[in-house]
Amino acid sequence: MTTTPAPTPRQADGGTLAPVLSTRPRPPRPGPFSVSLTFAWRSMLKIKHVPEQLGDVILIPVIFTVMFTYLFGGALAGSTGAYLQFLLPGTLVMTVALLTMYTGVGLNIDITKGVSDRFRSLPIWRPAPIVGALIGDVVRYLLASALVVGLGVAMGFRPSGGVVGVAAAEALILAFSFALSWIWTLVGLVVRTPNSVMVGGLVLLFPLTLASNVFVDPRTMPDWLQVFIRVNPITHLVTAVRGLMQGTAAAGQIGWVLLASVALVAVFAPLTMRRYRNAT
Amino acid sequence: MTETTSASPSTRKGTADAQSELAIEASGLAKAFGETRAVNGVDLAVPVGSVYGFLGPNGAGKTTTIRMLATLLRPDEGTARVLGHDVVREADAVRSRVSLTGQFASVDEDLTGQENLVLVARLLGFSRAQARARARELLEAFGLAESAGRQAKLYSGGMRRRLDVAASIIVTPELIFLDEPTTGLDPRSCNQVWGIVRGLVAQGTTVLLTTQYLDEADQLADRIAVIDRGVVIAEGTNGELKAMVGSGSLGVRLRDPGQRPEAERTLSRSLDMPVHLESDPALLSARSADPERVAHALAELSRSGVALAGFALGQPSLDEVFLALTGHPTQGDPQTDEEDAP
Repeated sequence: MTTTPAPTPRQADGGTLAPVLSTRPRPPRPGPFSVSLTFAWRSMLKIKHVPEQLGDVILIPVIFTVMFTYLFGGALAGSTGAYLQFLLPGTLVMTVALLTMYTGVGLNIDITKGVSDRFRSLPIWRPAPIVGALIGDVVRYLLASALVVGLGVAMGFRPSGGVVGVAAAEALILAFSFALSWIWTLVGLVVRTPNSVMVGGLVLLFPLTLASNVFVDPRTMPDWLQVFIRVNPITHLVTAVRGLMQGTAAAGQIGWVLLASVALVAVFAPLTMRRYRNAT
Repeated sequence: MTETTSASPSTRKGTADAQSELAIEASGLAKAFGETRAVNGVDLAVPVGSVYGFLGPNGAGKTTTIRMLATLLRPDEGTARVLGHDVVREADAVRSRVSLTGQFASVDEDLTGQENLVLVARLLGFSRAQARARARELLEAFGLAESAGRQAKLYSGGMRRRLDVAASIIVTPELIFLDEPTTGLDPRSCNQVWGIVRGLVAQGTTVLLTTQYLDEADQLADRIAVIDRGVVIAEGTNGELKAMVGSGSLGVRLRDPGQRPEAERTLSRSLDMPVHLESDPALLSARSADPERVAHALAELSRSGVALAGFALGQPSLDEVFLALTGHPTQGDPQTDEEDAP
């Protein structure tokens, strides 16, 4: 129990509450897009108030970029500069992929704290809190990407695809990450605590990002691992992103990533919404 | 996928034209979580414009019932109509008429008080400027203007609760659900919340509130339903309920807790009823309707040499209500165990 030293506010008493109660008719109900944007605005406010929430996940890829480049770059690719050209698109994908699990963490916090009850009791488009959070997350992904690319450029990353190539690569990463986030929204609704979302996220995302072509060309790896790497969507995304950044992307690579994104949304969005509607 | 059952405009203001004057009518509501039947066949009839109290200990099924009525949970069995709309088939129409203030203040702790209210106002369709203006009005009225720019996580329990209620009345609801609005609040904050509830009722809003405290139900509610283990075990006006339980109870405080066994024997003999030992070792209580008998019993006590620090005749506690209605005490949540004698 907390008591504030401030003087008792008398305004809230019954007698004087009347003027503050609205007698105007309620405004027209906003559309799905408008409410989703309102929830996206909420995400922006959270970045403003709690910027440290981005910290740990960005730190990992930044450490990997710096460490791998300078420790192994020479050995793996002949020079640190050459390795960075290969590595950076990979760590960029890794950064954003790791960030996606925070969508689930955020949703889980909303439910455990009870805010989600308020949202679910409002007459609004039901998926809006989730869709809005995802839109807000895209902004986070952009911020984190800018940081990683900026670091890369400072270290000597010079993509031959130029600004256009990098922008196209970023767009592809965002599309895929938006889709991947729906896995975490489902996880966020199923598990009990925000912490278990994190654990689940890392258990899935670390193998996905490490057992891929993020750090090295998988040709030297054992066959069984190569089988996994070939079906790993992260591998395909990294290949396409490298292609776009170097200006050598094939339509097939990009198409594969987009297809995987659509498939993820098609499976996990309905599952998420079903779970959300019946959340307890 | 989306529930777009829009409210027919003709019924927007028209609860009065409805077949009944009931804001809530539920029959046979039931909800199970796994093996536990949290709510096991609840019937309710809440008249429009009244304050209806839902009284029961933790885990009795109050919150589950409210969540079903507020369309957050789908009932396993039974039906409920809120302001004339079915809570399952016309959930959206219900949502656009009611507000919910959850048991744990449902505000976003990361956002400031101002931002919380603007957020909900925007979701309800206010323009940016309107939302800001409305937020300011409410913050002012609820004594939160000075903390408007602080994150809600820095608010005290009472402030958070007021912010929560403010968010619930951005648009005046026809019905408001308040789930344990004062649990964990200090007395002053309780009074403020009660004042807000009375203000809402004065404006014609129907209130359904849950509480663990008989006193609170007594202060606010026109009618009370006592719920235990998922079932309504008694229903009526405050007067009717109290008559059911007995008019009041006697609380006796001893100067020396060591004399309690002696005091218990004497009291139960002269009152001719069981005496309840409170968790405070110096405190005993007994339900007694008859002042004559009480006077006699107190005289007996002093004759037998038991030194009294004080005594009081008052309302039965929730524990006593339960004992009277069910024959078993409220189940041991430490919070309810602290319920003191009057």
